[in-house]
Amino acid sequence: MATITTEGVSHVANLARLEFNKEETKDFTEQLARILDYIGKLNELETDDVQPTSHIHPLQNITKPDVVKTSLPRDAVLANAPEEEEGYFGVPRVIDTD
Amino acid sequence: MSLYQLTAHELHDKLKAREITAVELTESIYERIEEVETQVKGYLTLTKEIALEQANAADIGFQNGDEIPPLAGIPIAIKDVICTKGVRTTCASKILSNFVPPYDATVMTKLHQQGAVMVGKTNMDEFAMGSSTENSAYQITHNPWDLDTIPGGSSGGSAAVVAADTAICSLGSDTGGSIRQPAALCGVVGMKPTYGRISRYGLIAFASSLDQIGPFTKDVTDCALVLNALCGKDEMDSTSVDMPIPNFTQSLINDIQGLKIGVPKEYFTEGLDTEVADKIQDAIAKLESLGASVIDISLPHTEYAIATYYIIAPAEASANLARYDGVRYGYRTEESEDLINMYKKTRSEGFGEEVKRRIMLGTFALSAGYQDAYYKKAQKARTLIKSDFDAAFEKVDVIATPTSPTPAFKIGERTADPLQMYLCDVMTTPASHAGLPGISVPCGLVNSGLPVGLQLLAAPFNEEALFRVAYTYEQNTEHHLLKPNISNVNDK
Repeated sequence: MATITTEGVSHVANLARLEFNKEETKDFTEQLARILDYIGKLNELETDDVQPTSHIHPLQNITKPDVVKTSLPRDAVLANAPEEEEGYFGVPRVIDTD
Repeated sequence: MSLYQLTAHELHDKLKAREITAVELTESIYERIEEVETQVKGYLTLTKEIALEQANAADIGFQNGDEIPPLAGIPIAIKDVICTKGVRTTCASKILSNFVPPYDATVMTKLHQQGAVMVGKTNMDEFAMGSSTENSAYQITHNPWDLDTIPGGSSGGSAAVVAADTAICSLGSDTGGSIRQPAALCGVVGMKPTYGRISRYGLIAFASSLDQIGPFTKDVTDCALVLNALCGKDEMDSTSVDMPIPNFTQSLINDIQGLKIGVPKEYFTEGLDTEVADKIQDAIAKLESLGASVIDISLPHTEYAIATYYIIAPAEASANLARYDGVRYGYRTEESEDLINMYKKTRSEGFGEEVKRRIMLGTFALSAGYQDAYYKKAQKARTLIKSDFDAAFEKVDVIATPTSPTPAFKIGERTADPLQMYLCDVMTTPASHAGLPGISVPCGLVNSGLPVGLQLLAAPFNEEALFRVAYTYEQNTEHHLLKPNISNVNDK
């Protein structure tokens, strides 16, 4: 298993939509490296012939009838929104109009 | 004895006999909160007004002589990870500081149907990530047995309020031990039911293949009563399982003659506190003296459970927590340049350090080039851990272990080293991987006066065996009757 560098931490932070200053990046790099080193313990296990377990139930593809039901009223849903505009969630400008 | 000190089943009898009213009981709880909550700090939100309304409604039921469910009028505290309609639900995170759910979790609907009384929302590690409740963005909860120590986590508030008698029982959630470990450290009963037993609709998701809701109570009988109220298939949660639901009170049998109890040697190794080990050995000897046969077993992959957990849980968390982006609910940063910048600033300002650490760990484990080496490897290790248990349950009915390798530690003692904190979960994560039901019951105090918990595990959907063993143990010991003396502790 690989270890992690400060560049790696910055890359992963971007994927996770997080941002850190230099010092935080350094701290996270050290902490994550140490945790990954511990996790490297799993390499002791021979797992070529082992099936992965994603959850413990023999359940797959649970479906239900496609019936339209009443959902929450729009006002109730928008009540928690940081910004609301004409019944929609408001966000900073996405499309540049220039 | 004050009303707040009693169990739910004792109170039910008094309510039914009209010796007391639910309003009196609720007032007794809030008087107790007045007395000790400033020291314990178990609650993030108190809902007295709602509680008194619910208590009043329960009293009307009792007066009319209606068919009264066992939890009617019983004051229950709710971990702040469970959505409560109209009542702020923060997950102990800044990012949900102003979130008021527009719907109830299914467990809340079920409690309302019983006529239960909601006392308030309890403190926890932010997004249930932690083993000491020190990762709350709001406050530190203190262990009622020694206010200088942590209550365990992540459901530390829910455990502490039951131990402090500021609720009769409570709900928590357990991903890698977050019910069992704080129950042990606070000297109360805590159960993680089988994965799939209880609907998680309205439980704010941490690691979806592991999360499960469960009760904290003062004794095993109350635990069975609360579990009875919560179980069942729910069409709002496709991972809830359609299995027959036993009446768990019928498993409260004071007899374990002939039951086979396995003791895995891997749980009694280096790192286990010697006083804790002694208490657990005493408990196992007690079970043997009560007629169980004790069998030495081996769960050889136990030592890989933490490493496996700290890939699987953060990986799932990194996906689940992607939803906190400052658009639909919760905190949003004050100023941002564009949408992506708004996401980044909102999340970086809104999440605490441990949550960010786990999002980073999980995102890394799922990122291109690393997924097979980490996430898939962990899923395979999970299979091996589960196979250990499958083989063990061919030979034994129940497995007995310590719940936590140590009693409660001092506040601040382990916060500097995340990996040390992760190792708190060494006794509880293996069963989480296998989706097993587990219960922690009090089994005595170490010399410093802190409680120790005995963990009992059974095969999936065999909670009945746990209730039988736990009940028999409780009926033949007095550990569950011990109470912390909060004022004395404070005077020291």
